Amino acid sequence: MAVVALLLLVVLPCLNRFPAPGSFLHVSDFQINLYGKYLCYAILAVGVDMLWGYTNLLSLGQALFFSLGGYMMGMYLMRMIGDLGQYHQPIPDFLVFLGWSKLPEFWRPFSSFPFAMLMAFALPGALAALFGFLAFRSRIRGVYFSILTQALTYAAWLLFFRNSLLMGGNNGFTDFKFILGYDLRTPRTQLVLYMITAAALILVYLGCRWLTRTKFGLVQQAIKTSENRVLFSGYAAGNYKLFVFVICSLIAALGGVLYVPQVGIINPSEMGTERSLEAVVWVAVGGRGTLIGPILGAVGVNALRSWITRAYPDLWQLMLGTLIIIVTVFMPKGIAGVPGQLSALGRRWKSRPETAPAVDPSQEPAAK
Amino acid sequence: MSTSNKFILSMEDVNKTFDGFKAISNLTFYMDEGELRVIIGPNGAGKSTMLDLITGRTRPDSGKIEYDLNTDLTRLNEYQINRLGIGRKFQTPSVYIDHTVFENVMLSLKGPRGVFAALFHRTTPDERDRIEEVLKTVGLSDRAQAKAGLLSHGQKQWLEIGMLIAQDPKLLLVDEPAAGMTDEETHKTGELLMRLEGKHSIVVIEHDMTFVRQIARKVTVLHQGTVLCEGSVDAVQNNERVIEVYLGRKKKT
Repeated sequence: MAVVALLLLVVLPCLNRFPAPGSFLHVSDFQINLYGKYLCYAILAVGVDMLWGYTNLLSLGQALFFSLGGYMMGMYLMRMIGDLGQYHQPIPDFLVFLGWSKLPEFWRPFSSFPFAMLMAFALPGALAALFGFLAFRSRIRGVYFSILTQALTYAAWLLFFRNSLLMGGNNGFTDFKFILGYDLRTPRTQLVLYMITAAALILVYLGCRWLTRTKFGLVQQAIKTSENRVLFSGYAAGNYKLFVFVICSLIAALGGVLYVPQVGIINPSEMGTERSLEAVVWVAVGGRGTLIGPILGAVGVNALRSWITRAYPDLWQLMLGTLIIIVTVFMPKGIAGVPGQLSALGRRWKSRPETAPAVDPSQEPAAK
Repeated sequence: MSTSNKFILSMEDVNKTFDGFKAISNLTFYMDEGELRVIIGPNGAGKSTMLDLITGRTRPDSGKIEYDLNTDLTRLNEYQINRLGIGRKFQTPSVYIDHTVFENVMLSLKGPRGVFAALFHRTTPDERDRIEEVLKTVGLSDRAQAKAGLLSHGQKQWLEIGMLIAQDPKLLLVDEPAAGMTDEETHKTGELLMRLEGKHSIVVIEHDMTFVRQIARKVTVLHQGTVLCEGSVDAVQNNERVIEVYLGRKKKT
């Protein structure tokens, strides 16, 4: 992980700043921005894995928490456009389009960055706490939990599609211009955002690593193997699951907050059920139940996707399906499990000549 | 049945029906503190359901279940009941297979069970000693750092018993501890349970009659969800009704 951290936080930005554009080593602004996006997905994936890989809670609602964080950030960014929008009004364009002449009450406080940040975590956190409380109190487990989280996400998706929610409807928010006074359209701001994202990812990774190594983490993983044993050992398993669920919703929200200013758009498609499923695929490909796996998976699959959708636009879905099959059949522990698989293979390879030669090469010449 | 003794557990007129099937009917059962009681009965007699009722996994339709004189168990859930000092071993060994043997016992040690207590918990030397002691009792000291999933079936059973001991429960409910064990392992398990007698009150559910003979002083026979008879192994084995419903059928094994 130290190597990955160094690469993300130091090497990539340096390659962006120093080598001349066009040189072999140069990383373009476009690519930095692209990697910034991947790292946001990686943050989301770590949260998914903390739930799925470490607690056996397959949540298909993580994209919702990601988007909620993103939307809160988006509201702030919309306010920062000021009157530079298409209609040159002091309120966001879509509101003008809907016939509003002044800002709705609930939009007002989002001109404040700290307030928007507070909401970006408070809202997904509160939703996760409420949903988790109800679900875990009713002992909803396994596939039923997955279905419910998916239903929740779907409901939110439908809700956000409606213009009457005054959250941009189908088109969401876009055309952002400034963040904290810095111009979002300059490569320098984007580079700083990228570096903040890389740092955030590393902190999330370290935080989760700490968590999984505490006694809490042991209980969390015990729930995964035998929830009954945990319950009958006096642990209120539901409380443990609720805690992890809320933490992971906050992690997802963090990813969303960093995603929006870098991608420049947030709309309901980000909280679609596909995104949640994609996040699960990243985790599976990268290596479920490890913390480095989701990062490798999120970055790897998305990089592959960028390349394939440009090179062979029609083949992406097919390739993704093939990838899932290959991973499930040949790499059950994902990319992160490959070194282990290889060394196991190596051991078998080595132990074979030791048993076999005893029969033929030494004895045969003597017999002749 | 005299009521003057101090009962660790009393069940009175307990009924439980699943989809029309009467799993437990008018079950009345008393147990003294420090006693080792063996419960036998044919398949479907309601033995495991009885443990489910005591440990809060299911709730009775009617009847009283009281623990330690007057704590009503029928309204509490699994972890609340466990915290009162009732430990349960499942029929199929249920240990945390991805954790080490040491961690398995560590998670079971008596102590605070809250989320935040767990976040900032550090294993103290005292706890370490307790864990070693438990591992010694169940004979797994040399496997402390092994993954529990790598243990043999018998060792898993012992580990789970060790996890119960670590909780230091007043009442231990042990469901078929010898299932799937070799004769030698079964014998060792019997000795282990007998060492615990007195310190804890123990209920053992068992099929294996040799094993029952080894450990039992008092046996309760369950049949169709109710107590058929109670007494010493010999008395029970010679009881005609028992022979009819249970031992007669059991000849094959």
